[in-house]
Amino acid sequence: MTDSNDDTRTSRRRFLTGAAGLAAAGAAGAARAENPKNLPPNVADWSKHLGDGVAVRPYGHPSKFEKDVIRRDVQWLTASRESSVSFTPLHELDGIITPNGLCFERHHSGIAEIDPDDYRLILHGLVDRPLIFTLENLKRLPRVNRIYFLECAANSGMEWRGAQLNGCQYTHGMIHTVQYTGVPLKLLLEQAGVKATGKWLLVEGGDASGLDRSLPLSKALDDCLVAYRQNGEMLRPEQGYPVRLVVPGWQGNIWIKWLRRIEVGDQPWYTREETAKYTDLMENGKARKFTFVMDAKSVITSPSPQAPIRRKGFQVISGLAWSGRGKIKRVDVSLDGGRNWRTARIDGPVLDKCCVRFYAEAEWNGEPWLLQSRAMDETGYTQPSKDALRKIRGVNSIYHNNGIQTWALKANGEVENVEVG
Amino acid sequence: MSRSVSLIAAALLLASPALAQDKVAVRKSPPRNYGVGQAATPAQIAGWDIDVRPDGQGAPPGKGSVKDGEKVYLEKCAACHGEFGESAGRWPQLAQGKGTLASHDPVKTVGSYFPYLSSVFDYIRRAMPFGDAQSLSNDELYAVVAFVLNLNDIVDDKFVLSKETWSRVKMPNENGFYDDDREKSEKAFWNSRPCMTDCRPPVKITGHAAVIDVTPEDKTPRKGGVE
Repeated sequence: MTDSNDDTRTSRRRFLTGAAGLAAAGAAGAARAENPKNLPPNVADWSKHLGDGVAVRPYGHPSKFEKDVIRRDVQWLTASRESSVSFTPLHELDGIITPNGLCFERHHSGIAEIDPDDYRLILHGLVDRPLIFTLENLKRLPRVNRIYFLECAANSGMEWRGAQLNGCQYTHGMIHTVQYTGVPLKLLLEQAGVKATGKWLLVEGGDASGLDRSLPLSKALDDCLVAYRQNGEMLRPEQGYPVRLVVPGWQGNIWIKWLRRIEVGDQPWYTREETAKYTDLMENGKARKFTFVMDAKSVITSPSPQAPIRRKGFQVISGLAWSGRGKIKRVDVSLDGGRNWRTARIDGPVLDKCCVRFYAEAEWNGEPWLLQSRAMDETGYTQPSKDALRKIRGVNSIYHNNGIQTWALKANGEVENVEVG
Repeated sequence: MSRSVSLIAAALLLASPALAQDKVAVRKSPPRNYGVGQAATPAQIAGWDIDVRPDGQGAPPGKGSVKDGEKVYLEKCAACHGEFGESAGRWPQLAQGKGTLASHDPVKTVGSYFPYLSSVFDYIRRAMPFGDAQSLSNDELYAVVAFVLNLNDIVDDKFVLSKETWSRVKMPNENGFYDDDREKSEKAFWNSRPCMTDCRPPVKITGHAAVIDVTPEDKTPRKGGVE
């Protein structure tokens, strides 16, 4: 999404003049009406007639009633859909695993459609034995299964100057969590034999952008995977079918999709994607480079602007927390904009560089809430407020906005993305 | 057990269950060669090895002048990037922006932001023209890069870019970057005992996304049902 981020403000103005009121009109009235004929004591339609038989749906889809649980994009962000981003509908999901079809997309030249028979990965450079692998070759090697989050460095990037997009799908939806199956990159490098002078890898995609990034050898040997499956099935084309790089805890841009080449070198390449993009511009005009690690972060996914409250009384507040530095240790939730905090309950697995699901329960009787969540990881890093981040970084950095999100809950159950001071 | 050790153990387990019982032996054994994958030939590598480093390593043979580059640019680039690199619509701007990086409205271009010649050369070589990647000849590639440098007043009108003249190009923002320093500059965020009660004065809402109103229409139910 960052390709045209410089133009965000002018585009927004254009959008406003062209489409004022549309958002408000579309937001209303999505609640479904009940059909009394299906409710007790009447016998429901589906209780009387045969439904579809087996294999009528050879690859299953979600219920037709879930048709609005989809990835969405923000068209004013980018000049074309081939170089753009779509967002995961976090407000519609629970647990930690993202269904494959809902994983956010970020492409630079569209989706490459690669015939697996024609897939090749070349590994060369400062190695003893340059090698070329087929997909079948990779599948013959010992493999592992790991669950990691993948977050785009620009996730929440539109929010640096204040609350802008009204929904956690848009503010935080450039993240997904799946289980990868793949070969440890270390094992592949061992097959080629890295020379003692090797210090960095160039990792490159096979799509028409040939996206290339420099990856320190130390990270490659630590926990990176050359993956071909997500959640058990082969990678989706949007996620790099048939092979992508997995770089746990690090910014999504370096998780090269459609991986075609790995070159071992003795210094970084300073490619466009790690200089002109994915560098963090500070207030003084200088920019941080190679800011690979994603800082600890969290967001309340429900209630949120796309998931308002329908009834007074008992509420389950639910959200996600993650850290690129290790495991999440604790998540706190505030209902009053950060004045007072309570520790949330984490339910489900707590894994290294992976999302956790947290819950906080509370009674609500129409009073205004300012909902926040605050993640802490095992290194002791605690998610900062947006203002604390801005104090150090200014508002021009685009990337790595992990500040605490505030949702304002109104008396009618509506939730809005707000900025607090 | 660290993950890397456990991986090796897992790998060896497949090959030799007896060895996997002995962690010390696992650590000391040389990496196993699985005999999977073929030797990559120099010709195969050459066809795909298109990266270029700041020192010019990887730059192909060929050359191109600013003048020749203008022709290529007007034909293949200007429709998106504008005749003078000013950008048409929302496509990336390539020129101008000098002195804006510390302002409220930074304009990042080849001249104002890219640190190295290779950063732009390598990118155009692999990804441009958008939708027709790797279609430029080496001479066209050198020429169009020379022209973009000229648009940014980095080289003069007579300049010819080649491997030989590579090192003469100095990018204005080469010293504009520094290594990730978050662990020092943001050390205060490592605070495992954050405040839990009465942490700040009463909170005021200072900005509303709904007022800015740039969220796409998306059919999600936004109205709460509470009367």
